[in-house]
Amino acid sequence: MQISTPIAVAEQRQGVMNRLSSLLYRKPNLYLSMLLIPPLVWFGAIYLGSLLNLLWQGVYTFDDFSMTVLPELTTANFTALFQPANFDIIVRTVSMAIAVSIGSALIAFPIAYYMARYTTGKTKAFFYIAVMMPMWASYIVKAYAWTLLLAKGGVAQWFVEHMGLTPLLQFILGIPGVGGSTLSTSHLGRFFVFIYIWLPFMILPIQAALERLPPSLLQASSDLGARPWQTFVQVILPLSIPGIAAGSIFTFSLTLGDFIVPQLIGPPGYFIGSMVYAQQGAIGNMPMAAAFTLVPIVLIAIYLSVVKRLGAFDAL
Amino acid sequence: MTLAVQFTDVSRVFGDVRAVDRVSIDIQDGEFFSMLGPSGSGKTTCLRLIAGFEHPSAGSIRIHGVEAVGLAPYQRDVNTVFQDYALFPHMNVRDNVAYGLKVKGVGKSERLNRAEEALGMVALAGYGDRKPAQLSGGQRQRVALARALVNRPRVLLLDEPLGALDLKLREQMQGELKKLQRQLGITFIFVTHDQTEALSMSDRVAVFNKGRIEQVDTPRNLYMKPATPFVAEFVGTSNVLRGEIAQRLTGSAQPFSIRPEHIQFAEGAASSEHVELSGVLHDIQYQGAATRFELKLDNGENLSISQANSQWETQAQPLTLGQQVTARWPREAMVTLHDNAATEAR
Repeated sequence: MQISTPIAVAEQRQGVMNRLSSLLYRKPNLYLSMLLIPPLVWFGAIYLGSLLNLLWQGVYTFDDFSMTVLPELTTANFTALFQPANFDIIVRTVSMAIAVSIGSALIAFPIAYYMARYTTGKTKAFFYIAVMMPMWASYIVKAYAWTLLLAKGGVAQWFVEHMGLTPLLQFILGIPGVGGSTLSTSHLGRFFVFIYIWLPFMILPIQAALERLPPSLLQASSDLGARPWQTFVQVILPLSIPGIAAGSIFTFSLTLGDFIVPQLIGPPGYFIGSMVYAQQGAIGNMPMAAAFTLVPIVLIAIYLSVVKRLGAFDAL
Repeated sequence: MTLAVQFTDVSRVFGDVRAVDRVSIDIQDGEFFSMLGPSGSGKTTCLRLIAGFEHPSAGSIRIHGVEAVGLAPYQRDVNTVFQDYALFPHMNVRDNVAYGLKVKGVGKSERLNRAEEALGMVALAGYGDRKPAQLSGGQRQRVALARALVNRPRVLLLDEPLGALDLKLREQMQGELKKLQRQLGITFIFVTHDQTEALSMSDRVAVFNKGRIEQVDTPRNLYMKPATPFVAEFVGTSNVLRGEIAQRLTGSAQPFSIRPEHIQFAEGAASSEHVELSGVLHDIQYQGAATRFELKLDNGENLSISQANSQWETQAQPLTLGQQVTARWPREAMVTLHDNAATEAR
């Protein structure tokens, strides 16, 4: 009997593709690895490989006399990080990064809260664009613009004068560690500019975290007798901490690595980023630059483990 | 008896939708009161009006005699069990249950004791250290119940709390809820779209349709004496006959309802206490406890007949599809219905 003939012909015709797709269907791991291996190779080689290679440079020796890198292994570069001059740079950068993260979180939270809970449709789209549009403009132009805005005789000073707040500004600029001769050469000015530049990176994760908060949780809290501030402290804030943590990872690490804002605004003195830039660009001391690169990585790792221990990711 | 909740001409309008339309209800203290209706009928909005999550566009809501319009949820002596349970994911079960006491400033040892006691009441003693995510749906449901009851509210609102549970668990929870309500003597206001649930648990049921109340009555009266065609068809199944057939059988053009299980297949001559209609059998569904027959009447309308299988299986001649049969029922089983003019008009 040859009843099955038409089916057999069809099977032969579609044979190769059919067999391939049923093979992939039967072996989902093979399918997954076919999809994942190319990007993983790219990621491994281009990102992690080059990073490890860079860090490896940190154990090479830089000969001050000939200004060349010698392939002799040493830990001198890493111990040099703890010399007062270098350690000052680290402390200066880290304290600015912490201040910027806290400041951004304080400013971002109300905006993110409003976006997540009170806007819909077009208003929400407007807020998204308003938050992200500054990120589309050139970073360098914005940083330069701020030097002019904050400079002596600039818009910021003009505004303060017209508000009659010049004595207050003078007082603030007089505080050691915060002030400087003008806003554009003060730590405060640098702080403002960092917050300005990184704020969107803080708003969006917090907004996403608040967006995920089911309204019924807030109603339940109120139903159980919590006043609005209690609901905020007991429910909204704890559940938005993953968002704040994610945002602060951005602001913290971006501030640690930045080398343009510290050069343009604020008092003289290196940041980690500008130090790396100076070491490898002007001086050619690649090993020392590599050693400095390790600092943000270690700091972020410490930061993440602290945040995790605080339970920031439990609600994810 | 004082009234636990009193609605007087309450409306809630969203844009041009009247979600709740001039509703007046009196809910007695200590009563198990259900709000039954299809989705979008306004029952959940009514519950949210009592809880304070919604505010009425017009009318007055009194909770234990106190005008509640304008009061925030945290100022009301009512607690809610939410449809999605709304447990706080970042707190363990004990802290979830103790939350209401914590925000009211009850001391730590007392609130933890009371939380443990409430967990015991819902058979979850010893689960305090778990996170809500580690519990099954039924267990979360109980935690939500304990979290509401620990505050000893005078009125407990339940928003389709059993909707997400499977049938067996749902039936078990129905029994437990009813038992708890009897024990505690708290007014339960229970929202559901499941009519068997409403009938089996409630002291009284309000049937909602399109933002209005069609009938408020005991389960028995709701089933035996439905007031409107909507109630007759929504609560249980019913044959609603109107027009010429109604005129012929009852002498009045008012629609009437006859329950499928009150109809028999005619054998022998009809007496004056019975009425008869004949038609063609076009569907037979075996449903376990009963068998459902669908009859196409001479005027094209459908008539459902339900026979308990103990009766049907002993019948001498089994019925077959396409057979001409005569249905017969006692006159007193017919319930005259009143079209709810306001509902029909919209």
